Amino acid sequence: MTNTHVDYQLSQLDQLEAESIHIFREVAAEFEKPVLMFSGGKDSIVMLRLAEKAFFPSKLPFPLLQVDTGLDFDEVLSTRDSWVERLGARMIVATIDEAIAAGHVVDDGKTSRNRMQIGTLLGAIEEHGFTAAFGGGRRDEEKARAKERVYSHRDDFGQWDPKMQRPELWSLYNGRIHAGEHMRIFPLSNWTELDIWHYIHREQIEIPSIYFAHEREVIERDGMLLSLGPEIQPKGNEQVEKKMVRFRTVGDRTQTGCVESRATDTAAIIDEIAIARVTERGATRGDDRFSEAAMEDRKKEGYF
Amino acid sequence: MASTPQTSDSHTMAQGGMDLLRFATAGSVDDGKSTLIGRLLLDSKSIFEDQLEAVESTSVSKGYDYTDLALLTDGLRSEREQGITIDVAYRYFATPTRKFIIADTPGHIQYTRNMVTGASTADLGLVLVDARQGLTEQSRRHAVLLSLLRVPHLVLAINKMDLVDWSEEVYEKIHREFTTFATKLNIPDLEVIPISALQGDNVVNRSENTPWYSGPTLMHHLEHVHVASDRDLVDTRFPVQYVIRPKSDAYHDFRGYAGQVAGGVLKKGDEVVVLPSGMPSKIAKVELFDQEVAEAFPPMSVTVHLEDDVDVSRGDMIARPKNAPKPSQDIDAMICWMTNEPLKPRQKLAIKHTTRTGRAMVKDIQYRLDVNSLHRDQDTKELGLNEIGRVQLRTTVPLLCDPYSKNRTTGSFILIDEATGVTVGAGMINSGS
Repeated sequence: MTNTHVDYQLSQLDQLEAESIHIFREVAAEFEKPVLMFSGGKDSIVMLRLAEKAFFPSKLPFPLLQVDTGLDFDEVLSTRDSWVERLGARMIVATIDEAIAAGHVVDDGKTSRNRMQIGTLLGAIEEHGFTAAFGGGRRDEEKARAKERVYSHRDDFGQWDPKMQRPELWSLYNGRIHAGEHMRIFPLSNWTELDIWHYIHREQIEIPSIYFAHEREVIERDGMLLSLGPEIQPKGNEQVEKKMVRFRTVGDRTQTGCVESRATDTAAIIDEIAIARVTERGATRGDDRFSEAAMEDRKKEGYF
Repeated sequence: MASTPQTSDSHTMAQGGMDLLRFATAGSVDDGKSTLIGRLLLDSKSIFEDQLEAVESTSVSKGYDYTDLALLTDGLRSEREQGITIDVAYRYFATPTRKFIIADTPGHIQYTRNMVTGASTADLGLVLVDARQGLTEQSRRHAVLLSLLRVPHLVLAINKMDLVDWSEEVYEKIHREFTTFATKLNIPDLEVIPISALQGDNVVNRSENTPWYSGPTLMHHLEHVHVASDRDLVDTRFPVQYVIRPKSDAYHDFRGYAGQVAGGVLKKGDEVVVLPSGMPSKIAKVELFDQEVAEAFPPMSVTVHLEDDVDVSRGDMIARPKNAPKPSQDIDAMICWMTNEPLKPRQKLAIKHTTRTGRAMVKDIQYRLDVNSLHRDQDTKELGLNEIGRVQLRTTVPLLCDPYSKNRTTGSFILIDEATGVTVGAGMINSGS
């Protein structure tokens, strides 16, 4: 048993945790068929941890859904498997290749795998009849996210209409939807990147090893460091270099860059982030760099 | 406490343990609100290089003489194309002592709906006025809404002081005018600060231009305003959100009532009553994840175990036998109406109050409140979009409610259109019977 609180104050991290747990329980109570969109990245792992706390000692009252791009890092997949096994969670994997075969998405050779995730995801949500899908989006990530609700309504086509958002007051969430529609739920809305790292540090949460500094063969391209691999080979006079790097986000291998770093544990990462001068998406996500409004467009179509 | 953060030598590690201030900003583009928020973000070093570079290059391409900080909080492309701000945007920054969440609401179109939304979770409201204009109808309206939403702390920032030659007289005049107006409102704590958002005076750094001003800078006030005592730690209110029954061999008899504490303190051995049934019991233990905790208080999300095998489900409330809300089906409330189709007597809606959902019928619209003059229009027959009025409701299920002035969680509700599923109203309870 733990000690009495003398001042009855909760730290901001405890307040965020309490709010997120509240959201998880509210969704589990009010929605018929929720699902947690799991990418294997740090944000979705923090979501899993919060869900674990919300329903303990019960198992999660919803399955996990992962969109497999076929280009995921091995380290991410092995961390995923270890979490799924420990929690005894049910895992649904929707692959882009299956979605292409089913005609949900078209591979025209120009569209990135990231963009093809949208059709794959919406196909899986419709096929399983999910009515609520938890996502790890945070409002501090990007302009289009700053106006996102915790409960974000999606129409029959899975689209987000920023002008049709419902007002969200107090902690009273409105989960009403019509048949065929679904709600995206963002329990981490009020967390910042730094909060996520503080929480991973405090809770000793297992995350993929590529988040920590390690030696890797990389190529510098368009100002990003990309990891050498089957899809990424030097072009023209690009040089392959061995560097100490870590990933700040984990998307697909062809789109996600890494940053030079010496941070080999969570405390060192927190120090590094606290003085980082480039946003995590701007630094390392090729998919967000094409246009200033890239995220806004993808969200409207039904992105995570 | 199970969740006490680990300590570290690094100063940046302190962030996990610091506290949180949520504040709502109100004011129009002309008052310099976006510039002020940009300034707070920039001076607290919450702006990243790539964001600042984008804003600098846009400023240059638009032919500005200086970097337009307002562009930092610029919203969606669809808004820029139409030159409007759609609704509440949330911004984040932190200083070594506090993390801040700003609910940034536009001052013009849909102002009431957006301000009410932003203010509903705010500890502090920041109202901006242009020193040259003084108090406007809009700034009075913002103060009225913040007061109605019971935002406990208010800051009146008198901006563009550089354009009135840092005149103490101008500051004093606006200060006096506002204080006189505020006597009609419920504003427990007021701070009036002369600033220049554009130049940064008295925002983070104390200005040399205002030697006559001895109060805090805006940032200092935001960092130090005392919000912990705004919560109710006396009247125990625990709305049951979810019943945890693992039905596994390891936890065969486990039956926990999960929820977020809305008021008071819950601890082992407390005599409690479950509402609306009125069944008495005792708290057997309080847990947070896999740890037993000595006490639970707002806003902790915990799991409560009772000694007796009483029937408890979602929507019920755990309170104390001699301090419990009376289950009420006749509700007297202030309602902010948020949709085009007006609210009318006999209208039926879905109502969500804490974790309880039912239906409500409008019995009477007593008056419409003019948020500019505070005049009560008693001849009104309906409430239009962005209007606020006093309304009597009859509900199908009893609400376990308190006056909003006593508890912002158990005193609030939302109204939902049953056909469209859209949130159409926000309610603040005066009383229930």
